[in-house]
Amino acid sequence: MKPKVGVVTFPGSNDDRDALRAVALMGGEPIPVWHQDRDLGGADAMILPGGFSYGDYLRTGAIARFAPAMAAVREFADVGGPVLGICNGFQILCEAGLLPGAMIRNRGLSFICRWIHVRAEDLTGDVLEVPIKHGEGQFVASPDELARIEQQRLVAFRYCAPDGSLDESFNPNGSTHAIAGLRNDRGNVLGMMPHPEHAVDPDLGPTGGQSVFQWLLTAARDRVPA
Amino acid sequence: MKPGVEVETPVHRELGLTDSEFDLIVEKLGREPNHTELVMFAAMWSEHCSYKSSKVHLRTLPTRGPQVLVGPGQDAGVVDLGEGMACVFKIESHSHPSAIEPFQGAATGVGGIVRDVLSMGARPVALLDPLRFGPLDDARNRFLFSGVVAGIGQYGNSIGVPTVGGEVKFAPCHGPNPTVNVMCVGLVPAERLLGRRKGGAGSALLLIGAATGRDGIGGVSVLASRTLEDDAHESRPSVQIGDPFLEKLLIEACLDLAGRGLLDGLQDLGGAGLTCAVSETAARRGLGADLDLGQVTLREPGMGPHEILTSESQERMLAVIRPENVERAREVCARWGLSARRVGTLRPGGRLSVRAGDEIVAEVPAPALADEAPAYQRLARPPRLDAIRADDPAKVPLRVPLEDAFFAVLGSPNVAGKRWTYEQYDSLVQGGTVLGPGADAAVIRLEGSVRAVAVSTDGNGRYGHLDPYLGGAHAVAEAARNVAAVGARPLAITNCLNFGNPERPEVMWAFAQTVRGIGEACAALGTPVTGGNVSFYNESGDSSIYPTPVVGMVGLLEDYRLVTRPGFSSAGLSIYLLGSTRPELGGSEFAEVVLAKVSGVPPALDLAAEARLLAFLQECARQDLLASGHDLSDGGLAVALAESAMAGGVGFTVAAPADGLAPHLALFSESASRALVTARAGREGDVEEAAASHDVPITRIGLTGGSRLEFTGLFDVGLFDAVVVYEGAIPTLMSGARVAG
Repeated sequence: MKPKVGVVTFPGSNDDRDALRAVALMGGEPIPVWHQDRDLGGADAMILPGGFSYGDYLRTGAIARFAPAMAAVREFADVGGPVLGICNGFQILCEAGLLPGAMIRNRGLSFICRWIHVRAEDLTGDVLEVPIKHGEGQFVASPDELARIEQQRLVAFRYCAPDGSLDESFNPNGSTHAIAGLRNDRGNVLGMMPHPEHAVDPDLGPTGGQSVFQWLLTAARDRVPA
Repeated sequence: MKPGVEVETPVHRELGLTDSEFDLIVEKLGREPNHTELVMFAAMWSEHCSYKSSKVHLRTLPTRGPQVLVGPGQDAGVVDLGEGMACVFKIESHSHPSAIEPFQGAATGVGGIVRDVLSMGARPVALLDPLRFGPLDDARNRFLFSGVVAGIGQYGNSIGVPTVGGEVKFAPCHGPNPTVNVMCVGLVPAERLLGRRKGGAGSALLLIGAATGRDGIGGVSVLASRTLEDDAHESRPSVQIGDPFLEKLLIEACLDLAGRGLLDGLQDLGGAGLTCAVSETAARRGLGADLDLGQVTLREPGMGPHEILTSESQERMLAVIRPENVERAREVCARWGLSARRVGTLRPGGRLSVRAGDEIVAEVPAPALADEAPAYQRLARPPRLDAIRADDPAKVPLRVPLEDAFFAVLGSPNVAGKRWTYEQYDSLVQGGTVLGPGADAAVIRLEGSVRAVAVSTDGNGRYGHLDPYLGGAHAVAEAARNVAAVGARPLAITNCLNFGNPERPEVMWAFAQTVRGIGEACAALGTPVTGGNVSFYNESGDSSIYPTPVVGMVGLLEDYRLVTRPGFSSAGLSIYLLGSTRPELGGSEFAEVVLAKVSGVPPALDLAAEARLLAFLQECARQDLLASGHDLSDGGLAVALAESAMAGGVGFTVAAPADGLAPHLALFSESASRALVTARAGREGDVEEAAASHDVPITRIGLTGGSRLEFTGLFDVGLFDAVVVYEGAIPTLMSGARVAG
């Protein structure tokens, strides 16, 4: 049976349809979830997509975290359900306290849309080619939080050179410790600024996003009763 | 202020209407208009809304073809893409607001064109932004450039429509008057296209979206239909403020309404606001309307009827909905968090009757506003260009090393890489981008299909300046070539005609010539005109912009997996030059950058030869013969070769074809109807055969490979050095540093 993956549409979500399409392409069953729903439609995994929820006029993700669907996503995460936050979704996870730290404006103060490389900070050390597109993606955290993040090995991805080496000139937005993605200590919640949903279709370009969806779908399958 | 003058000026002149136009209004009403009515006429009869100086010329353009589903006169043009899908597209200018407040001016330009496409029922899927500014060594030009780019980015990115192409060019004449055009492309199943015919008397008019405020009042008459003078900053209140979040909700809500079959019509509120939307909605259906201003949600108290009627507050749409569907429509809007107020009703007869409280504040025939503005055959006289046209840059001997000239052209901001611009735009959202910024044409695939739409915008102001007829024709030819270079079949165009003051005979002459050039090229290439926009009064003091037609071409790629890309993909591929090279440097990039001349005549254009090249490129794509393809334009062969090398990260060794030309002519001539391709390994014979069968001159000029750009016998430079110059030019200028040399 295909694992069901819910994608929340907030007012101002832009990459929600792209995430749904990527789920289908990668072998999952996409489930649209409306921000006012408390019911996640029986999803085995959840995605908070990119975009500008509520216009991001206050602070990125600051209003979306109060949406009814977010209460359900929090409960889902609390019982170990896999949750992927992409770009604005990552910002929402930070605002909701499901992941540590916060995002501020890019070091260069401009929006950046660019294909970049990130290194998976797990045992594989895989280098993924994926796009970023954000104006507020500079990850920051307090020194204590940062120490805990590093100590507990919560960094999922760091911006890197194409060969995987860390080099500040390949850190596009000035993120602290080149952090591009984080997981929670339980490992079931992943947030990342790059857009894996735009890097799954070989007809369109590099496919560095496939492994992120594979992780999500594997985690979802583990939850599907056999 | 000058009180003495103020008292003597009649109100209609203050509003931009001439005495004879005022008399015509009196004739149409059978009485003198009241103030509210006068304001409505001034807005609708403004140059911006009525095209009164241009329409006698625009009527000559070819507009028909089997592929055209909707031609000019609607909010946007529509072509058939097959498989039941239609492509909606339109280009518009927002130059005047951008000159005054670059960020909001450009941002609201994006918002407006997106709503034009939306009003046909289509989902906006791509934006392209042709931009022109003064040289970047001037701080104000940098301010305008960075503000416009940031404004486009903020708005387009926030609404989730990818910005996939456009142009950025620089010329001194665009310092006082930058040109900001924006094109939007939308997709919709043809059966769900919204026309202007459905929705009869009794239908409700629902105003959806933002509240109506005092922003943008007089935008069309004050800003867009006059020249910018020294007190232009006082016009800032006429620039609208954008709210992209609201626009995003408006897009989704309107598509939701359309998908549920609740819409009989949809019109955006842009120039001239509610007056334009209601009068056009009624007039196009042969109806009138009752409009109740008391139902319009206002942003502030105390707004007069004339202000409500002409406010250009952004993010509003007017929907035509059958009475029995009104409740459901309001529920859909509420789901998206949008206000939807029933502000009026369509009525039989042609009268537009406007109520405020208990009072009828205006009663005018809707067609008089929408369709009956006067048309002017303005005086046209050619400017004196004989001396400048006689000064042929091809006759000037080259006095600098060829290599220096190469780097000068490659690093010219017109030619140089535009990454600084397009990296500020989200080019990927919606997941359909096959080819994004930096390619000859952008390519967007259709959901669930292998078909894709290819789009390019093109225009060359120097050509327009030296020969406006050729400027118009070249704009069409280059746009078609760019679309064909990616393998697509050019289908139809939209155009944005950017000119100075039409009351000057020289400007009017250039305009008429440009339209003639566009028309002849479109007829020859089989790409009809589906609409567009005219932007006059792009001048201030004694500075006018070049006659600058910008053509937006859409094409159909039958299988996006066969798309042709510009970059050299591997070593050892045969490089071919298609077309003939002549000693043509008039109006060229080389002449301006190396010889400091904007002179001569633009390259000749043989439209039959162009059509043959387009057919050849499409056939090569269909048979998958090419490893790369790139059109030749600004900077000629040298720039095309360098761009293909840089895009693929593979160098070349090339012997410039002799043809009896001096090396700098062979490398930098901008002769039209040429392209640069590499054949897939083993398909060289097929490429040569295809060229012969299409009667396109073909010359094998070299091989790809290595990490140098080698012009045998002339000079050679490192690929990396070329990249540094090409990619570094604009960022260096924008950092405010002066470039050495």
